[in-house]
Amino acid sequence: MTVTARGPLPRAPYDVAVVGAGVVGCAVARELARHPDLRVALVEATDDVGQGTSKANTAILHTGFDAAPGSLEARLVREGARRLAVYAAESGIPVEPVGALLVAWNEEQRAALPRLAKKAGRNGCHDTRLIGPGELYAREPHLGPGALGALHVPGESIVCPWTTTLAYATQAVRNGVDLHLDCRVTRVRRHGGERGEHGGQGEHVLGTTRGELRARFLVNAAGLHADTLDRELGHRDFTVTPRRGQLIVFDKFARDLVRHILLPVPTALGKGVLVAPTVYGNVLLGPTAEDLPDKRATGSSAEGLALLRAQGRRILPALLQEEVTAVYAGLRAATEHDDYRVTAHPGQAYVTVGGIRSTGLTASLALAAHVTGLLAEIGLEPGPVREVEPVRMPNLGEAFPRPHQRPDLIAADPEYGTLVCHCERVSRGEIRDALAATIPPRSPDGLRRRTRARAGRCQGFHCGAAVRALFEEAAASREPANVHRREATA
Amino acid sequence: MTAVRDVDVLVVGAGPAGLAAAARLAAAGAGRIEVLERERRAGGVPRHCAHGGFGTLARPLTGPTPARPLTGPALARLLTDAAVRAGAAVRTGVTALDWAGPLALATVGPHGHETLRARAVVLATGARERPRAARLVPGTRPAGVYTTGELQQAVHLYRQPVGARAVVVGAEDVAHAAVETLRAAGTDVVALVTDRPRAPMAPLRAADARLRRGIPLLTRTTVTELLGHGRPTGVRVRRDDGRTAVLPCDTVVFTGDFVPEPELARRGGIALDAATRGPAVDGRLRTSRPGVFAVGSVLHAVESAATAVREGAHAAAAVRDLLAGAAGWPDGVPVTVEPPLRRITPNRVAPGDTLPHLLRTASPVTGRAALHIAQDGRLLHRRRLRPGTAVPHRTLRLPADWTARVDPRGGPVRVWLA
Ligand SMILES: Cc1cc2nc3c(=O)[nH]c(=O)nc-3n(C[C@H](O)[C@H](O)[C@H](O)COP(=O)(O)OP(=O)(O)OC[C@H]3O[C@@H](n4cnc5c(N)ncnc54)[C@H](O)[C@@H]3O)c2cc1C
Ligand SMILES: Cc1cc2nc3c(=O)[nH]c(=O)nc-3n(C[C@H](O)[C@H](O)[C@H](O)COP(=O)(O)OP(=O)(O)OC[C@H]3O[C@@H](n4cnc5c(N)ncnc54)[C@H](O)[C@@H]3O)c2cc1C
Repeated sequence: MTVTARGPLPRAPYDVAVVGAGVVGCAVARELARHPDLRVALVEATDDVGQGTSKANTAILHTGFDAAPGSLEARLVREGARRLAVYAAESGIPVEPVGALLVAWNEEQRAALPRLAKKAGRNGCHDTRLIGPGELYAREPHLGPGALGALHVPGESIVCPWTTTLAYATQAVRNGVDLHLDCRVTRVRRHGGERGEHGGQGEHVLGTTRGELRARFLVNAAGLHADTLDRELGHRDFTVTPRRGQLIVFDKFARDLVRHILLPVPTALGKGVLVAPTVYGNVLLGPTAEDLPDKRATGSSAEGLALLRAQGRRILPALLQEEVTAVYAGLRAATEHDDYRVTAHPGQAYVTVGGIRSTGLTASLALAAHVTGLLAEIGLEPGPVREVEPVRMPNLGEAFPRPHQRPDLIAADPEYGTLVCHCERVSRGEIRDALAATIPPRSPDGLRRRTRARAGRCQGFHCGAAVRALFEEAAASREPANVHRREATA
Repeated sequence: MTAVRDVDVLVVGAGPAGLAAAARLAAAGAGRIEVLERERRAGGVPRHCAHGGFGTLARPLTGPTPARPLTGPALARLLTDAAVRAGAAVRTGVTALDWAGPLALATVGPHGHETLRARAVVLATGARERPRAARLVPGTRPAGVYTTGELQQAVHLYRQPVGARAVVVGAEDVAHAAVETLRAAGTDVVALVTDRPRAPMAPLRAADARLRRGIPLLTRTTVTELLGHGRPTGVRVRRDDGRTAVLPCDTVVFTGDFVPEPELARRGGIALDAATRGPAVDGRLRTSRPGVFAVGSVLHAVESAATAVREGAHAAAAVRDLLAGAAGWPDGVPVTVEPPLRRITPNRVAPGDTLPHLLRTASPVTGRAALHIAQDGRLLHRRRLRPGTAVPHRTLRLPADWTARVDPRGGPVRVWLA
């Protein structure tokens, strides 16, 4: 099992290099790992998997009911949702099938619901149902006044995005994929010319912040930066304009206020602001939709938060009475095109996976299968397939027993009964496990995404220092030199 | 099946309030007293308040000669020792998770799950400072953003490096504690930032910070944005006249803005007071649920540790009365305050009450102010305040010498400043 974060990269060429360890790149790497003959590298600019858009979204496993029928996105979302539901059950990724309600707040919106139901049908989602205000308020007693009705979409679920990405990456690494972190691809050259010219022996030479890496086939899953990488290979197919989505996470005390994902009726201006429970037992309010020029603009703004609070007050007035636990923002990789931009370039042994804007978590497994298919079409010979060993991920969801709730676990190992993060009830055993896992965290934030330690209402007032101490102890024993550097600059 | 065990009094939280209650109860022979503490050590917040600021609070515990002013850790040790010596069982590393009956709590610790049943439960679960997100401060999410509580633990309990330059948000006394902690860590303080027109801390401390330590105090100023990826590069601030500036720093400490930790109270459906956001209690510190008491910071985030200790001792007497069969629960009529008063505890009052009420004002009241107390249009009491004491950072203490005039069958008691 190979995960590197510094030092030189292997000199021998890989069969496939996947650039970008977001949920999409990790899914592709995992799919390729099913072929034991392939040597695969997963190359990531930051120090962890899933640290781009994949860590900051609304965490909904969509049915694709409102996608544009016939589009690639519609097909992959539908198929991906089905695959991920099965994968999640097998891997211990928390999913709660809470269902969604598209709430109509005026006549115009109510008039739009039958059309949406029909569209859902064309997207293969046949179990939607129009409900009147009576049933709506019975289902959601805390909904603000004035709702006229809703479309019930029972198939929409909530999922843990961090565990999903980490599960893919873990499985990929355990089955032979080399994960290279802190390794940003800065340029791409092709040696040996076009594929086919030299008997198919051409290869990509990726210039990275850690030196060169060679690969016969290249998959661009660089998310917000997929257009930049695409230009390195001479394509001007699309331009990514980040569309920021700010979100507010409310205290767990708010969880009882809402039972479904409460979606607005989509308008020409976008999908609008939703209220949704999270698998961790919080309530999310968001996202905004702001087109920005800066691919690093993952901050929140006063205007954004004010807008969300105004909308939230209308949808679920009691929500605003609760404390805010966290605020974050994610950037959708929006392009000038309506659909995903997944393109195979046969002459270059190269596949671009661009424009995976707002449904990539749901579609990830289907995207991975699609991309692998494209690679085969342009000449990759994947060799035999094996069924890879399933992974079993630590459970971060409230709908399933957490380690501190399991007497069997605590009896076998008292560390699971020793709570460190009290708000989220994270035990020292879970933190220890995460720090020793196949892909260990390289920052306290990475540890938080793996365990929820210090993700709760106190945000570290009680446990922050204790969690950091555990993290640093593990980091020091793993990479003494590295930690030294970190502390010196801290 | 989870093991079930019976005790007489179960205290949740081994901070000053819980420990004081347990010590009194055990000393009085009130039966089996057990204190649950989820941290590895007992003592509560003072465990990591390495600076002074705890007066000679432990005098009743250490003997007649007042000791030197105590540090937090010394106080934590004294209170823990006193409770243990009196015969209370102080169990660390054990969390009270949820209710398992009217007077029973489900717990977990390294030894597994256990349900503890008691004849009385004392909630002493403390308080915390609101973190950056809860204050809705926009911007990026870098590391190096602390509350005072986390900072103190990082520096005093774990000796972790902090940063080179810090901005401290808030200027109450706790901000002063943050400054001392930062200095201990070798971190320069760039500025104290408060939206108040003047420092809401003791004037001596403010002068000390400004003159001796050379730390600028930016009043009428709010932090409008955190800047920097990975590590802070600065904070953007705005004065109330509209001017903005960026203060370069690599560390930000959000101080004060305390909220109670009433999770167990809420889970148990115990009535909360709208103003304190902690459990509502009567003059004997009894909550809305028979048999359940609440003491310390969970009632009023936050007052001094001395107050917490006093409340622990006060509740101990009430617990003993309950164990001896006293009836009538809870007692009295509600007490409410009017702006600019912000909160009052206890939140109910009955004729026999002896515990002083504690109040806070949201904004300073200048000139000669007095507290007025009335019930059903009848003035019960009027109490002059010393000039300059009705300020947000100070507790207004209202002795209970008027409570005999309360009509237990009357309407709510109102308290206002005029
Ligand atoms: C606000 C918001 C809400 C959303 N809600 C949902 C939802 O509810 N359900 C859903 O299914 N989807 C949702 N999405 C969409 C989903 O999050 C994305 O589609 C998905 O995360 C995209 O994954 P990715 O792997 O393509 O991109 P990313 O996660 O951004 O991964 C790209 C990776 O590539 C790396 N990289 C970039 N350039 C280089 C380089 N040159 N060299 C090496 N590495 C590089 C980056 O560091 C990053 O890790 C939402 C998105 C947003 C913003
Ligand atoms: C940063 C800071 C600095 C301060 N500085 C001073 C000062 O200088 N001087 C001064 O007089 N006062 C100071 N105070 C106030 C003082 O700390 C409080 O008055 C005092 O700690 C209140 O005591 P307590 O017992 O109510 O709560 P805490 O001290 O907060 O103790 C509560 C305890 O309950 C435990 N607990 C909570 N929930 C559970 C559960 N479910 N199961 C088990 N255990 C649980 C907690 O772990 C904690 O140990 C400061 C407060 C803060 C936050």
